[in-house]
Amino acid sequence: MGLKEKSTDLRRRMRNALRGGGEKAIQKQKAIGKLTARERIIALLDHNTFHEYDLFVEHAGKDFDMDKKYLPGDGVITGTGMIMGHPVCIYAQDFTVAGGSLGWMHAKKITKIMDHALKLKVPLIGINDSGGARIQEGVNSLAGYGEIFYRNTLASGVIPQISVILGPCAGGAVYSPALTDFVFVVENISKMFITGPEVIKTVLGEEISMEALGGARVHCETTGNAHFFAESEQQCFDQIKNLVSYIPWNNTRKAVKYPKKRPNTKRYKIENIIPSDPREPYDVRDIIKAVTDDSAFLEVQDLFAQNIVIGFGRMEGETVGFVANQPLVLAGVLDVDSSDKAARFIRYCDSFNIPLVTLVDLPGYLPGVDQEHAGVIRHGAKILYAYSEATVPKITLIMRKAYGGGYIAMCSHHLRADFVFAWPTAEIAVMGPEGAANIIFRKEIASADDPEAYRKLKVEEYKEKFANPYVAAAYGYIDAVIEPVETRKMLIRALDISKDKEVSLPAKKHGVPPF
Amino acid sequence: MMSENKFDHLENFSIGGMFYKTRLTDKFVKRSRYVEYDPHLIKAFIPGTIVEVFVRKGSRVEEGQKLLLLEAMKMRNVVVAPISGRVKQLWVKENDLVSKNQLMIELE
Repeated sequence: MGLKEKSTDLRRRMRNALRGGGEKAIQKQKAIGKLTARERIIALLDHNTFHEYDLFVEHAGKDFDMDKKYLPGDGVITGTGMIMGHPVCIYAQDFTVAGGSLGWMHAKKITKIMDHALKLKVPLIGINDSGGARIQEGVNSLAGYGEIFYRNTLASGVIPQISVILGPCAGGAVYSPALTDFVFVVENISKMFITGPEVIKTVLGEEISMEALGGARVHCETTGNAHFFAESEQQCFDQIKNLVSYIPWNNTRKAVKYPKKRPNTKRYKIENIIPSDPREPYDVRDIIKAVTDDSAFLEVQDLFAQNIVIGFGRMEGETVGFVANQPLVLAGVLDVDSSDKAARFIRYCDSFNIPLVTLVDLPGYLPGVDQEHAGVIRHGAKILYAYSEATVPKITLIMRKAYGGGYIAMCSHHLRADFVFAWPTAEIAVMGPEGAANIIFRKEIASADDPEAYRKLKVEEYKEKFANPYVAAAYGYIDAVIEPVETRKMLIRALDISKDKEVSLPAKKHGVPPF
Repeated sequence: MMSENKFDHLENFSIGGMFYKTRLTDKFVKRSRYVEYDPHLIKAFIPGTIVEVFVRKGSRVEEGQKLLLLEAMKMRNVVVAPISGRVKQLWVKENDLVSKNQLMIELE
């Protein structure tokens, strides 16, 4: 064969491999609103940047007549590319080829691109659409999953890892997304569970639909397994692009700086957002938008544990991670879910050099038997651990209530916040005035001529004396009491001066966080 | 979800003697309420199938006596009486599927 023939042969081989599972399987994929694996990669990456690896990899199965079967690319497409100019490694399982099932070579393609991402120090994006283990390959298929999980763990905190669930992801397969930083799901397309509805029905007699058991909404609202909810694949890709713009390529870098922009202070004016009555709610996301560049805020897990808000914004062009109590939902209390949600985000930001801004307004931890029995002690401890351990710049603003354990947990000075600001509306106290007065003056109230009037008097006295930022400020627990209109300016100054912050912690292999 | 009407549906939510106007989450509203353990009510500790019933309505039972065989996850679990008494009501029969916490037997 001459060069010309060899080139023709190469093109023929490529055409074969690029055909995926064939027309019929592709039609089936499209009929349920799904793109093919290759179309997904093209849609997500910048134009003409996809560089495919291992197109000619073939499966290694020998049993059950598998040696007679040709599976193009062994059901997974891998390569490198750019997203909004940021380099990434990517893989997408191809459901049209043997149901995207994971065999040994399929797994090897994935682990190869994972190793590549770790070596190049660029984010890894995995698009999951697979029926699960390739049963014909038996234990080699399990080995493949194990190799992936191991690499997910090694890469954690080194490169950002993003999982996109665009089809089924069941059984052991769910643990790769669970080990990664961000999980994206799409309504009616994503399905994640350990055991499916069939097994649950036969073993336990409980009937439930796939969507209700492990659909996109369940994982965004109830389980907290997913971080971003989209109604279509295209919307999902837009969300991924937005996220990638906020995060650094690896843990040795800072996020890419974007041009500075002013917030839209006409629409988001702090003085108008905060109600004068401390029992009235407001949407804390409006406060965040009042201080971020262009009033932009990318909320993470916006449907889960809404009593705490987490997400990314920029200040003077640089990425900041926000953690904020949400008075609009459950009065902004900390509970099992919100502690877990915030703690993981804090650790993410700390791993990737993203400074943290904490906005505080909470009445404390949520009381209740269900919370206590669900382990609010150990889950609540996660947030203390995450803040204490974090060495990125930590700026805290106490807006209104900061009572009890909640005050300590929300990045107080005691957990080594670098700056703690408070508005004049802040109330830093061991508990709310009502509760405190009832305890301190219990005897006096009981023996008063008019207990109710006396109690009210004492509550008022307590409020007057302690429901303000000045007692804490007098001990130096608050660095500065600032006017709400100065907020953005003060946050930027604090962030600016903390850029070269260095903290030395005791040498250790790793801590033992309460997870 | 939270759109222009985000300040609708606010409830008075009490924490530490204070009432806050706020929204409740579905998960909070649907949380399981604590019910004190009552040894007279024999409930399924795991969903499964009743394989065998050893007692009848009105039977006298001693503490530790076998009441039922509940098969779940391929394991046969012997359910025994936590206290001595009489079977007041039998709510299940053989081959019934029971869900978790379903009442199976009432003792008196």
